[in-house]
Amino acid sequence: MSFTPERAAIRFGCGLSPQQAAPASVEDTLALLTGPDRAAETYPVPGWDHVLQRSREVRRDTRAFRKSVGTDEEEAKRAAMKAMRRKLYEESGHALGQVLLRRAMTKDGLRERLASFWTDHFAASGKMLAWRQVQVNYTEEAIRPYVSGRFADMLKAVITHPLMLRYLDQHVSMGPNSPVALRRDGPQGLNENLARELLELHTLGVDGPYQQQDVRQMAELLTGLTFTLDDGFKLRPGFVEPGDKTVLGRTYGGKDRLEAIFAALEDLAAHPATARHLARKLAVHFVGDTPNAGLVDAMERQYTQAGGQLLPVYEVMLTHPAAWGDAPGNVKRPLDFVGSTLRALDLDDRHVPRGNLRKMRRLFYNPMDFMGQTWGRVTGPDGWPEADDQWITPQRLAARMQWAMFAPLRLRRVLPDPREFVDMALGGQATEQVRFAAKAAETRAEGIGVVLSSAAFQRM
Amino acid sequence: MRSTHTSRRTFLARSLGLGCSLAASPLITPVTMASAPWDNRLVVIILRGGLDGLDAVRPYGAPEFAQYRAPILGEDPVPGALDLDGYFSLHPALADLMPLWTAGQLSFAHAVSTPYRNKRSHFDGQDILEAGTGSAQVVGSRDGWLNRMLAGVPGAHAQTAYAIGRNSMLLTRGEAKVADWSPDAALVLSPQAERLLDLVMHDDELFRDALGEAIDLSQSGALALDTDADIDSADMMNAMQTMQASARPDKGLAEIARFAAGRLREDTRIAAYSINGFDTHAQQSRNIKRALSPLAENILILRDELGPVWDKTTVVAMTEFGRTVRTNGTFGTDHGTGGLMVMAGGALRGGRVVTDWPGLDEASLFDRRDLMPTRDVRAHTGWIMRGLFGLDRSLVENTVFPGLELGDDPGLLL
Repeated sequence: MSFTPERAAIRFGCGLSPQQAAPASVEDTLALLTGPDRAAETYPVPGWDHVLQRSREVRRDTRAFRKSVGTDEEEAKRAAMKAMRRKLYEESGHALGQVLLRRAMTKDGLRERLASFWTDHFAASGKMLAWRQVQVNYTEEAIRPYVSGRFADMLKAVITHPLMLRYLDQHVSMGPNSPVALRRDGPQGLNENLARELLELHTLGVDGPYQQQDVRQMAELLTGLTFTLDDGFKLRPGFVEPGDKTVLGRTYGGKDRLEAIFAALEDLAAHPATARHLARKLAVHFVGDTPNAGLVDAMERQYTQAGGQLLPVYEVMLTHPAAWGDAPGNVKRPLDFVGSTLRALDLDDRHVPRGNLRKMRRLFYNPMDFMGQTWGRVTGPDGWPEADDQWITPQRLAARMQWAMFAPLRLRRVLPDPREFVDMALGGQATEQVRFAAKAAETRAEGIGVVLSSAAFQRM
Repeated sequence: MRSTHTSRRTFLARSLGLGCSLAASPLITPVTMASAPWDNRLVVIILRGGLDGLDAVRPYGAPEFAQYRAPILGEDPVPGALDLDGYFSLHPALADLMPLWTAGQLSFAHAVSTPYRNKRSHFDGQDILEAGTGSAQVVGSRDGWLNRMLAGVPGAHAQTAYAIGRNSMLLTRGEAKVADWSPDAALVLSPQAERLLDLVMHDDELFRDALGEAIDLSQSGALALDTDADIDSADMMNAMQTMQASARPDKGLAEIARFAAGRLREDTRIAAYSINGFDTHAQQSRNIKRALSPLAENILILRDELGPVWDKTTVVAMTEFGRTVRTNGTFGTDHGTGGLMVMAGGALRGGRVVTDWPGLDEASLFDRRDLMPTRDVRAHTGWIMRGLFGLDRSLVENTVFPGLELGDDPGLLL
């Protein structure tokens, strides 16, 4: 089996679209990926500076409120805090709309899928109020620019990113012999969270050749990485554990701590275990839960040969026969399902109510939550599950079906004829049963809903 | 229920009359339930927000108590009929539970906590409570203790445990299969849509089975639907919104308890869900009722609906942390440390407040502000699971709650 535009759009893109032609070839797919990021230009999402600015505003409003308690100003300050919270939610609703429109409208579907894949590989989310919904801004800044470049560059961007530093507690990790620790007493100390996940999840993999000692040394090496709301990322010398650190037999040290950390990240990125881990993970995500061994081997070899460049690895995947088999592909995650539905429905931008938070919640945020993928949140540093049966539980499938039955009519007043919609949504992948069901449905909405709920559409 | 389901499907397959490809396919796969590994039942309720244990079970016998709590006790500091044992008394919102107390089917563990200390964040506190791994790993836990327990015992199958409600819980997440359902996830489908959905999924085992279960569950759940009724498309269109409306935390708790009881009467042995709303920073005397009353109602529904199975059941309700001993400036309490665990059920040796009580004098408080925790909430839970399911001590101490020392048996069960 080999490349077909239709299967490429479904399995390696955002789905079929009556507006956008599927990529014609592997070369075409890769050319789009290396070209300008048109979807991000058309549907912009703010970067991390915006998050920091909002965080400072939240801090300012909270302080002002605390000061005002018991004074005449209390109510006004409380209202200001509430208004700020509202604004944050509205902005996040808008950003979700942008992400969905990118999926609905792009010609370059693989880029969107890769942005999601790598965001999930480097799963992180925020806990404080101003950071509840900032994953999208993190993706925009630390993930998206790197999806077709060198893995090591993405790794460096992520490991120094405030969201990751905060999510895995690195920002408070202090070397036991660091200047600050020696001055203070109390329980503060080294935190191994980020170091462990860096080795286990981000690079070598859980079966990788590292020991607890490597985790510990890596954690000591990473001390000092922190951030402030005013400056963003910052290296804080007071937290740095002095001395050289040895990870996987290599020693890192010297005057410039950040340089030493980056050297360690380069070595981790180039490690054979990392090549294996990433190749397998990509194959599982795009091709199937139990990927062909030859495919994984080929991707792994290419990663190493190409010096950790990702584009050549994608090329190997896209040209490998095992990636194009007829066997049912992975189950779409809720974001894939919702995005590909919008794409098949032949929408305009105005159909996605980006500016209306209530509608965005009702149409997208809550339903995706019920389907098991809460927008902007992660369930852990290991990201969303890959296994199909984690997504297709009775409850989650019910949420998919119910959304499929109601959302299209909310999005577009006039729905397409279900018999034609089968072709728009599935093309040659449509089964006899789906065609029959589209014809036999009692209403348009029901017909569309049944097509969208079909196993053929739910899988990639 | 299984057999009616199967016959309905047989009927569907025939009535569709879609020719040989469909007729020949194994459309009807009767689901065989493995026999349940145990007979006892466990219900775990996570009380989110930080239950004020000192308000739910009040140590009125402590000389400092009335003074600390005067601003929220109001005119009702005298326990009267709510006296438990001459030292502790029950919050009025839990009054309906007094008959259970008298019958020895209700008890409390006071001054308990997870190993979480000093930071008092809901997120981290709940993660630690549900992960059960101790305080070392604040974030980043990938599985919960209830799931590890299931993974560690032979014979558990996909419906042995149910996570109920809309929110995915760390408690039940992990390698072992845990079924999930929310009563408000009732499917609203016309009979024709149901037939067609079956048709477009039946070749894919994963989808076919999940669909069958979803339809069964929505019909057997609290929002039973008559599929013969004429459902118009507006009903379908509104279904998602009904789902969204009822997914609000304060709604549907009674349905959750009924659903849990229904499952537990059959092959399910463990059910887990959450009750929210315990974060009473302000106007506590009013606000805590809104969370305690549903808890009491929930326990009573479980008792009533479980019937004879209640005698094999233990309900444990636990929270991420307790609250400050002193009230704050807004007639509430802030995040604290030592707290309360609520236990109910016919399997309980109840009618007791189990505690190594630390006292409320300032020197005995944690950080001079919180109730001092004197026992790990995981130890009590571990002993209950040992009692109910016969778990090895080593499984509890190494796998379910790694690093925990169970300590002495508090004798919580009959």
